[in-house]
Amino acid sequence: MIGFIATRLFQSVIVMLTVALIAFALFRFVGDPINNMVGQDTTLEERAALKERLGLNDPFFIQFARFAGNAAQGEFGFSYQHRRPVSELVAERLPATLELSLISAILALAIGIPMGVYTALRRNGLLSRAFMTLSLIGVSLPTFLIGILLILFFGVILRWLPTFGRGEVVDLGGWTTGLLTESGLRSLIMPAITLALFQMTLIMRLVRAEMLEVLRTDFVKFARARGLPDRYVHFKTALKNTLVPVITITGLQLGSIIAFAIITESVFQWPGMGLLFIQAIGNVDIPVMAAYLVMIAFFFVVINFVVDMLYYAVDPRLRVDARGGH
Amino acid sequence: MVALLDIKGLRVEFPSRRGHVVAIQDLTLELAPGEILGVVGESGAGKSTIGAAVSGLLEPPGEVTGGEVRLKGERIDNLDEHQRRAIRGRRIGMIFQDPLTSLDPLQTIERQLIDTIDHHLAVGEKEARARAVNLLDQVGIPDPNVRIAQYPHQFSGGMRQRVVIALALAAEPELVIADEPTTALDVSVQAQILELLKSLCREKQVGMILITHDMGVIADTADRVCVMYRGRVVETGVTTQIIGAPRHDYTKSLISAIPRPDRRSRRFPLVTYIEGEEERPEKIDLGSHWLGQSRDFGAGEDVMLKAEDLRMEFLTQRSMWRSKRKYLRAVDDVSFEIRSGEVFGLVGESGSGKSTIARLVTGIYRPSGGSVTFAGQDLTALKTRAEAAPWRRQMQMIFQDPFSSLNGRMRVRDIVAEPIHFHRLAGSREEAQKIVKDLLELVGLGAAAAVRFPHEFSGGQRQRISIARALATRPRFLICDEPTSALDVSIQAQILNLLKDLQEQLQLSVLFISHDLPVIRQMCDRVGVMRHGKLLEVAETETLFQRPSHEYSRHLLDLMPKLEGLRREEVMEGQSVA
Repeated sequence: MIGFIATRLFQSVIVMLTVALIAFALFRFVGDPINNMVGQDTTLEERAALKERLGLNDPFFIQFARFAGNAAQGEFGFSYQHRRPVSELVAERLPATLELSLISAILALAIGIPMGVYTALRRNGLLSRAFMTLSLIGVSLPTFLIGILLILFFGVILRWLPTFGRGEVVDLGGWTTGLLTESGLRSLIMPAITLALFQMTLIMRLVRAEMLEVLRTDFVKFARARGLPDRYVHFKTALKNTLVPVITITGLQLGSIIAFAIITESVFQWPGMGLLFIQAIGNVDIPVMAAYLVMIAFFFVVINFVVDMLYYAVDPRLRVDARGGH
Repeated sequence: MVALLDIKGLRVEFPSRRGHVVAIQDLTLELAPGEILGVVGESGAGKSTIGAAVSGLLEPPGEVTGGEVRLKGERIDNLDEHQRRAIRGRRIGMIFQDPLTSLDPLQTIERQLIDTIDHHLAVGEKEARARAVNLLDQVGIPDPNVRIAQYPHQFSGGMRQRVVIALALAAEPELVIADEPTTALDVSVQAQILELLKSLCREKQVGMILITHDMGVIADTADRVCVMYRGRVVETGVTTQIIGAPRHDYTKSLISAIPRPDRRSRRFPLVTYIEGEEERPEKIDLGSHWLGQSRDFGAGEDVMLKAEDLRMEFLTQRSMWRSKRKYLRAVDDVSFEIRSGEVFGLVGESGSGKSTIARLVTGIYRPSGGSVTFAGQDLTALKTRAEAAPWRRQMQMIFQDPFSSLNGRMRVRDIVAEPIHFHRLAGSREEAQKIVKDLLELVGLGAAAAVRFPHEFSGGQRQRISIARALATRPRFLICDEPTSALDVSIQAQILNLLKDLQEQLQLSVLFISHDLPVIRQMCDRVGVMRHGKLLEVAETETLFQRPSHEYSRHLLDLMPKLEGLRREEVMEGQSVA
């Protein structure tokens, strides 16, 4: 078990270093960092002095090590556009994105899994067919269109929900949350649904397919033949086995919820990381882009690590080495 | 006395768009407490449907459309789902074929047993656990108190089937339906499981329906036998009578088609009763044909294949440190020779390394040590695929499972032509198609099969396609890895006869791998016995069967299902005619 965790951690570090290298290359070699920082009228001597002071004359590996070391502490330098430390900007924006992603993920799982199970068990039911048809729409409509339609309907025509921003937020010692105020919660509804819809339909279809597969297995048949009640067979036997493969895909999907929040954040003018990133691209704000890249990679790595641990917890077959087997 | 199970005039139908398929018709049988009734028949005869109909587990749209089923006098065929569930497990236990897939992999044995016991008997967690341990003890699991906390994957196949039996008996049912309970197991394990089932039935006075395609299992276990053919019972009787003196034509031909362990015959007797079998096509003169011609091998090597100190290790525990890695030695310093034109058998239980040898010889695996010499060429010395190709072409493989060894998205003609194109053996596409047509005729399928897809064929016919594909490169060495284990007795006889004919006509050398001793006896000239990766004994087939020199060979021979004893009458008849 410890060996397993150690291996996984080691792999995670490698992944993070690779991403950091790409981010660093972006920072160092796309455009001239000096040019981006100083004005037109800076003299060549001043430029050279600045270059020396920023350590841009040092060997590649020393620069990279410095970059990686700073990144590990959350330091990504100064934003060219905002003239503030990137870490400050991120700290401001991160809670918005994480809250949105988390609520979306919970929505996607809490609705997607039961719907998947239901459509698998009542394969030919009217409601199942309705779910399946709706899910097809959910998969095929682009996210921004769903967002715009929601805004049009609930925001503009019915005027029930705010169409942009986070509403009022409460500051909890560095973490701003919109979950504690009414306007914050109301603002969250539409972006969260927009972001969750695609994942929800995907999870539903995945759970359904896996569940149908598991329901055909011998151990389900044998459980039925032992006279165990449907509730037991469906939820204790079948669902648990269904979740083994679902966990992997879901884990990856949660990562992409955070990454794909960009589009939803743009549509709803949600003041999160995604919006920050889009603006950074527009203004060639490379430190912000590098920071975003590293952060997203970090989330993916953490989620994957958690998924591997979950796998370990759910499936006893993976534990065979640790327990000695036979 | 009321019979335990009384089935009268049962009829089961599967409605479909093209009309109703009658799976069982007019089935009548009785079972007394403590009695074991064997139900035999080939696949599709409706054996398993009986079990499903009695326990109310018919897959929709199947339904009972006639007759009645009584358990201790009460009708159970017309119950609703709720009442049925109360009977299942509680009064009727079921045992399925594959112990590897019958248990929930994510729950401990303990959980599965306790939940089943507590659901039916409502005795509480503690009492249920005590009973569970007791059950495991009864089915012969050592250290039940420790092993109960383990997961299914921590048990071997035979042990898992014992757990399955414990689960089936958990709520003390009166009737057990065992559907091919030992088909997936090795002979030695099979014998133990059958013994266990037998003694449990006697002790607990549980009636058992034993569904199987294996006459040997029936002979060892059942009190009475019911023979099924295409959904009907053709004959019911006491086991000794059915096996020794069958009355119905189908039973007679079925029994005569079982490969005889006790003597060697030229050809396998066919199940002649089967209606609508394809005619054997007119013979192709192989001498003048492409298949026989221009076989561009240097003639007259005495030894076709030679394996020397062949070793294969699989990594079972990874580690950064060499010393901490653990290996499983699947093949352990095995040496043997296969002479030209010889059929060499390898026999052994699962996990003995038979199939690994086949894979080493064909180059699917690279050996960890030792060498394979084929027609004078050391195959292990060939480094690239291109170098090995001409040699690989001369050896072809026929696999066990005809359902997964053919690509379902390709037409038969393309499947068979693939190796011809790959090895560039034909000048043109037309020539290749001509060869394919002849090959299909040769294996008894007919040229019309060419445009169809594999799923349109039965298991036996698919195995013929595999054989045609293997012959397409004009090989001189065939590797058959359990070629008939997935087939019914009657089909097995046809396929083995075909292989034998082809072997003689084309003077093929064959490595024939099987766990089935009677089949080995009929097919092979010499046999090697394997166990735990080691080759224990190599002998002429007749010598091995009459005077086995290794203890393990004797043990294996002892475990062969004994039909001879029951067959005495028939043997005597045969002698008097001779």
